Amino acid sequence: MSTAIADLHEPPAESGVNYLNANYGIKSWLLTLDHKRIALLYLGSITIMFIVGGVAAVLMRLHLVEPQGALFEPETYNKLFSTHGIIMVFFFLVPSIPATLGNFLIPLMIGARDVAFPKLNLLSWYVFITGACFALYATLSGGVDTGWTFYPPYSSLYSHTNVVAVALGVFIAGFSSILTGLNFIVTIHKMRAPGMTWFRLPLFIWAMYATSLIFVLGTPVIAITVFLLGLERILHVGIFDPSVGGDPLLFQHLFWFYSHPAVYIMILPGMGVVSELVTAFSRKKIFGYSFVAFSSLSIAVISFVVWGHHMFVTGQSIYAGLVFSVLSFLVAIPSAVKVFNWTATLYKGSISYEAPMLYALGFIGLFTIGGLTGLFLASLATDVHLNGTYFIVAHFHYVMVGGAVMAFMGGIHFWWPKITGRLYPDYWARIAAAIVFVGFNLTFFPQFILGYAGMPRRYAIYPAEFQVLNVMSSAGASILGVGYLIPLIYLTWSMRYGKPAGRNPWGAKGLEWTTLSPPPTENFEEIPIVTEDAYEYLVAGGPRV
Amino acid sequence: MGFLQFGLNSLAAMEIPMQPPVASSIAEGVDQLYLLLTGITLFFSVLIFSIIFYFMIKYRRRSETEVPPEVHSSLFLELAWTIIPSLICVVLFVWSSSLYIRNARPPASSTEIFVIGKQWMWHLQHPEGPREINELHVPIGVPVKLTMTSQDVIHDFYIPAFRIKKDVLPGRYSSIWFQPTQTGTFHIFCAQYCGTNHSQMIGWVYVMTPTDYAAWLAGGEKTESMAQQGERLYSQFGCGTCHSAESGGRAPSLVGLYGKPEKTQSGETRVVDEALIRQAILVPNSVRIGNYEPIMPTYQGQIDEEQMLQLIAYVKSLGSAERTNGQ
Repeated sequence: MSTAIADLHEPPAESGVNYLNANYGIKSWLLTLDHKRIALLYLGSITIMFIVGGVAAVLMRLHLVEPQGALFEPETYNKLFSTHGIIMVFFFLVPSIPATLGNFLIPLMIGARDVAFPKLNLLSWYVFITGACFALYATLSGGVDTGWTFYPPYSSLYSHTNVVAVALGVFIAGFSSILTGLNFIVTIHKMRAPGMTWFRLPLFIWAMYATSLIFVLGTPVIAITVFLLGLERILHVGIFDPSVGGDPLLFQHLFWFYSHPAVYIMILPGMGVVSELVTAFSRKKIFGYSFVAFSSLSIAVISFVVWGHHMFVTGQSIYAGLVFSVLSFLVAIPSAVKVFNWTATLYKGSISYEAPMLYALGFIGLFTIGGLTGLFLASLATDVHLNGTYFIVAHFHYVMVGGAVMAFMGGIHFWWPKITGRLYPDYWARIAAAIVFVGFNLTFFPQFILGYAGMPRRYAIYPAEFQVLNVMSSAGASILGVGYLIPLIYLTWSMRYGKPAGRNPWGAKGLEWTTLSPPPTENFEEIPIVTEDAYEYLVAGGPRV
Repeated sequence: MGFLQFGLNSLAAMEIPMQPPVASSIAEGVDQLYLLLTGITLFFSVLIFSIIFYFMIKYRRRSETEVPPEVHSSLFLELAWTIIPSLICVVLFVWSSSLYIRNARPPASSTEIFVIGKQWMWHLQHPEGPREINELHVPIGVPVKLTMTSQDVIHDFYIPAFRIKKDVLPGRYSSIWFQPTQTGTFHIFCAQYCGTNHSQMIGWVYVMTPTDYAAWLAGGEKTESMAQQGERLYSQFGCGTCHSAESGGRAPSLVGLYGKPEKTQSGETRVVDEALIRQAILVPNSVRIGNYEPIMPTYQGQIDEEQMLQLIAYVKSLGSAERTNGQ
């Protein structure tokens, strides 16, 4: 991906030196300190990870067309869903929006020339790549069969697969999250342009700030947890193994103490992106700016005290269950507030439906379903039945794919002209968005029904009565796969052949649209002085240039 | 018309399971809550989707130069859509939690059946002695409490038709209960990923009429009850040398001990339950009760999970605290 971008010889609309053509050669990319180039390094890496995780998902769904399993031995199937989960969660979703769009946009949106610590930024990419290499090595050297949740004592004593390598990969990649989070927090605090007060910040920045807090506070916990797991596996010390005095539930507490906030690491940036898209394509100020901004922070805070809802059926005490249930309901409220505010933003707007807006509207709808089905799992009595079934899988994917990935796709399409200086064919982009929406629902909606009907997840073979719903889901997955392939093709195509974009192809507000596309290495000719709130669309919607 | 009929027929022919059988005393309550939640989900999804579609059409951009009017944020609306969902959540919390608490405690009259999970099968033993693998026979209408442990990794005992599920952990005992309300054959699943053949760690629960159940119990080969098996182990391991009444008070008597709160030598008070008995056998010095000398050896590695459950059944058969106090 990076070499293709470096190949952009034709000058963009406003000819001049930009961050892409400032210098050439592989070395200029691998040693770059430019946040925009680092964002593209990340984009290339996570795209590769997404393809690996996606192929694993498609193979799983193909296998499940037959109740007895169409393609693989159970062991292989187990490795496929483990690979899919580990790669997608730790190496795609967690870094997806923050490390690509966040890296690219935070300095541009706040009017800075770079992030606070450019060298740390590059280091974080190398750390990530090192972690990813361990994970890929584990996958290629026979795979891992623990699931992405690594529950001991299975993972620490019983699995014969390469758990240590992948645990090390997750451990290392965690440091890249911490570095990125630290960098963003300092950047947002210290590097805002004159006049860019906190309440003039685009909501994407608020979302990235909340995400960064979780990065910094939560990631050390997962790092130490997988470290202890590796220690137990290698040295047989009794941390999680009950036969030598350990406690297997301790692992689950530690794991979910990070991994529940981690789902907000994945969805909060998506919410930030959607706030930008909804305002830009309806040319409206966001409805309830401070409510949307503070709901991000309250989600980040509450997300740290809901982890026990993953453990309602582990034998956790009734009282612990009650506390975690009420807190889990509580975290639903700020999410609902966001949905209502986005919807209200459309009211009396001037709404257009380019591809990014289709993704944003898709996000709102699917996230609504994903969020509401979360209530089934915060409710103790229904969670007992639904925990560990396909209902969980469906709920999780409505939030993570219907939410986070939709927002990522929307964001990539929205800022693609800024990133590359080129326009992609909007017609194809809209078709792809529609295919993704249809394929997604066909894949995951039947899984809600499967779950309530009682089909457990992570089953390589299953009772025949569940076949019809599984076939629907598998059919959806292949449509979804096509939906993701099309953008890969036209976006790559557009890097060379797309029409030059101009500074502001959408007529959007925000400092990033005031500079060149692609921006110069220093981002702005002159550091802007901010005199108005975010999303001031009232004064002539900003003509497209 | 014919086409529509064909469509409906094929839908019915596909036999898509929308929910598992309703076969336990708690299933209906869970289903009602599920229906309420589904209703709420549908209502808000349809609401949001329709508003979005309506706005999409009504406020579509008509010219490139149009400037939409200013809409001020409304504190009233913000409060409304914070408070109304909160109230709904309160209702859901109270409803689901009371149902959960009610479903959590087994009735005192429950029969106890013991479950051991191991990669990749379920071992079950009835108090009367019969053992089963991946099958569980129970009579309709009788509350059954399952006391469960695992021999290796974490498993999870799940009967969708009963709407019950509980993790089965190594080194500790967990329990669930159910009261079947419908005869028939229902799935048992392992719902916690446990390795290669996780998806084959499945079985069937057979809910039978009381007469069929009695016939089934009588039909198998004659076995000792679990307590009798436990008693044999008790003498085989020489437990009576210290724990019997004739031993001269070297160790606490086990009669009437189960269910009794006891002060341990570390100063805390613990009720004698399955977990404490297990701990006292495997790591005796960690839970000494009363003022006895620490002379008991460990039985770690000598007693397997099945024998442990039989020993526990024996200790229980010696009378529980409530019954002894009553006499």
